[in-house]
Amino acid sequence: MARRAQPLGAAPGLGAAAFVAALILGALAAVALRAEAGRGLGPSDWAAVRFTLVQAALSAGFSVALAVPVARALARRRFSGRRALIALMGAPFILPVIVAVLGLLAVFGRTGWVSTALGWAGLPPLQIYGLHGVVLAHVFFNLPLATRLILQGWQEIPAERFRLAAHLGAGPGAMRRLLEYPMLMRVAPGALAVVFAICLTSFAVALTLGGGPRATTIELAIYQAFRFDFDLGRAALLSCIQIALTGLAALAALRAARTEGAGGGLDRALRRWDAQGRAAKLLDAGVIALAAVFLILPLAAIVSAGAPALVALPASVWRAALFSGGVAVVSTCLLLALALPMAAAVAAGRRAGVELAGLLGLAASPLVIGTGLFIVLYPLADPFALALPVTALVNALMALPFALRILVPRAVQVVDRYGRLGLALDMAGWPFVRRVLLARMRPQIGFAAGLAAALSMGDLGVIALFADAEQATLPLQIYRLMGAYRMQAASGAALLLLLLSVAAFWILDRGGRGHAEI
Amino acid sequence: MKYLAFAAGVLSASAVFAETPELTVYTYDSFVSEWGPGPVIEKAFEETCGCDLKLVGAGDGAALLARVRLEGARSQADVVLGLDTNLTAAAKATGLFAPHSVSADFDLPLDWSDETFVPYDWGYFAFVHNAGLDAPDSFRALADSDLGIVIQDPRSSTPGLGLLMWVKTAYGDDAADIWAGLADNIVTVTKGWSEAYGLFLEGEADMVLSYTTSPAYHVIAEGDDGKAAAMFEEGHYLQIEVAGRLAASDQPELADAFLRFMVSDAFQAAIPTTNWMYPAVTPEGGLPDGFAGLARPAKALLVAPERAAQVRDAALAEWLDALSR
Repeated sequence: MARRAQPLGAAPGLGAAAFVAALILGALAAVALRAEAGRGLGPSDWAAVRFTLVQAALSAGFSVALAVPVARALARRRFSGRRALIALMGAPFILPVIVAVLGLLAVFGRTGWVSTALGWAGLPPLQIYGLHGVVLAHVFFNLPLATRLILQGWQEIPAERFRLAAHLGAGPGAMRRLLEYPMLMRVAPGALAVVFAICLTSFAVALTLGGGPRATTIELAIYQAFRFDFDLGRAALLSCIQIALTGLAALAALRAARTEGAGGGLDRALRRWDAQGRAAKLLDAGVIALAAVFLILPLAAIVSAGAPALVALPASVWRAALFSGGVAVVSTCLLLALALPMAAAVAAGRRAGVELAGLLGLAASPLVIGTGLFIVLYPLADPFALALPVTALVNALMALPFALRILVPRAVQVVDRYGRLGLALDMAGWPFVRRVLLARMRPQIGFAAGLAAALSMGDLGVIALFADAEQATLPLQIYRLMGAYRMQAASGAALLLLLLSVAAFWILDRGGRGHAEI
Repeated sequence: MKYLAFAAGVLSASAVFAETPELTVYTYDSFVSEWGPGPVIEKAFEETCGCDLKLVGAGDGAALLARVRLEGARSQADVVLGLDTNLTAAAKATGLFAPHSVSADFDLPLDWSDETFVPYDWGYFAFVHNAGLDAPDSFRALADSDLGIVIQDPRSSTPGLGLLMWVKTAYGDDAADIWAGLADNIVTVTKGWSEAYGLFLEGEADMVLSYTTSPAYHVIAEGDDGKAAAMFEEGHYLQIEVAGRLAASDQPELADAFLRFMVSDAFQAAIPTTNWMYPAVTPEGGLPDGFAGLARPAKALLVAPERAAQVRDAALAEWLDALSR
């Protein structure tokens, strides 16, 4: 198929994709080249690969399968607090792992709220440690993200389509078959691939909730190769396996996802004639309530643990919060500078290569990337002086896959719908980008920026490899407090981080939406 | 003329600047943090050395050694502080470290003679529990009990590795049986000490692998004497933390001065209540009050540094095998 004339060029996006790929593959190569003769992969490494695959596939499957009814309910209903709920759903995703795990355990642990309630009923406590615990935690982290991605798919079906379908007498079943299933076929594979990629590099969650070395993931094997055996070759090799698995998942997802969108509409308010029945209303209310309880209870545990210590936080925690804020701002700008041209390039028809490059940031082990950047930077500059900029850059790379999942479908839709009109009006290049693409993508840009800012705020990231005493970010300071037995102060700092991240997310996401309804 | 005066000013200013030498010490992250020994020690050393002491944190002990190996002879570090006896042989084998010239009257549970590394603190690994628990007095008693414990993964954590070496030293060929017996007591295995201790404080387990000195933190900082360390009759494994001078250092005299300062009162007195370990040389004023009441194991266990790597690999294989079933 010949490429159709496009109102925008793919060159900047291809450049951004090449930059991302060069950075990550270069860091990986730096580690591999620095390696001395190692012992290759042993049976325990392959066991780690198997466990990683199983838990990532289950986690992605459950997260997305559960996200579909939640997203549908949120798409069909309007109620007060809906926006706050959607914003709060970003929260689990951005918490430092240890904080989120402690929050989950306060609810589902041996002495947690659920077990206590079971105790009153004379039942034994919950047994959370095991594969099911790993999957539960990953669903807690990723259900909100999957829900938002799928909800966006629902929102991209123009209200006119539902109106037309209702006019033609389509019932709930026909509505699903004609409008909702095709949309899900388009959106769900991408969401699956992203969640799968996140879970692939999981380490602390999998180990802690997995209950022991049975739950060894590839990332832990990389850790072992690096610090236990100083076998950089094996670390690089394992990281290549991570990248290959993510790449395969992404290719499968791209192949499965049908690209044609639902076309454009007049941005009218949505009405759903197929969901007015009492049963549908009850079902949606129940689904939303369940999801809210599941997500909000652990957050409530974090709030109640941290609130007493929040007022008396040491000055260094506030300074760290400032650093984290700065890193988040820089990281968000970098992310948009990379993601927007890449999304435009995908919309202009360069799909697979750009999307794969985007996923690399998530697929490669943070430890290997950090080490590789260190090896590359070390002869050139003082890595400690560059700790915060490097952290901002790596955080932007980690957020890139999410940003692309958010931006790409909309960019494709906009170019599809308005591209020919733009060409006909001789409005190609920058005027098209500014007046049409960016203007119509405002909500998605806001969401992506909010997610990137919050993610960057909460990520421990490579700062742990480079940090000196003064330049700590907030997540690092939380770990330092815990390392110094100050668990109370650490939970206060964790609450501060939660508040800052949700605030950053809320402001950017809200700013992007403007008057539009999400 | 103006330019000349300016140039002279710049030159003399940079001469003054050059007269303050800088000593770079790589250490683990919790050492440099506001709550660790770092700030106190930096101030005390800078009062006497006429230099600028730069403490740089890099993960934990094992990450520290990896960092030094990555940087090799080009490293800016003059001193590396925070390795333990599980790592010293590997560190020596890199050839990056130089012999020291420190002599001190060490208060360690065993004799110390090492030409390269100087110890600065030490502690015993132990299971910490809430007071009032009928704690077991051996690994076998623990395995027979239905108490839940949280431990750290030896592949990612120093205490986790300590436990591995502890069981192996105490039980030798029977270590695999001990682990098989402990398997149903292990609630979970965490990445690092902080996660495990956090889970224990949340009530997820009856005991957590930590140090015999952990209860002292709760007494001194929180006025809470509700934590205790279980004494095991097999003896307790030691962690001895050491520092060494890098051969490529451009400040060898200053590095030696730092190592000497390290075993002096000004450094050692800060250790108990910031690093929560025993000082390697008991300072003049003795130990703080909270340390006096701590239980002391009857027997100290330690694998000789040169055998550590070999014992470690065999013990890890047994551990993985016993707990992966």
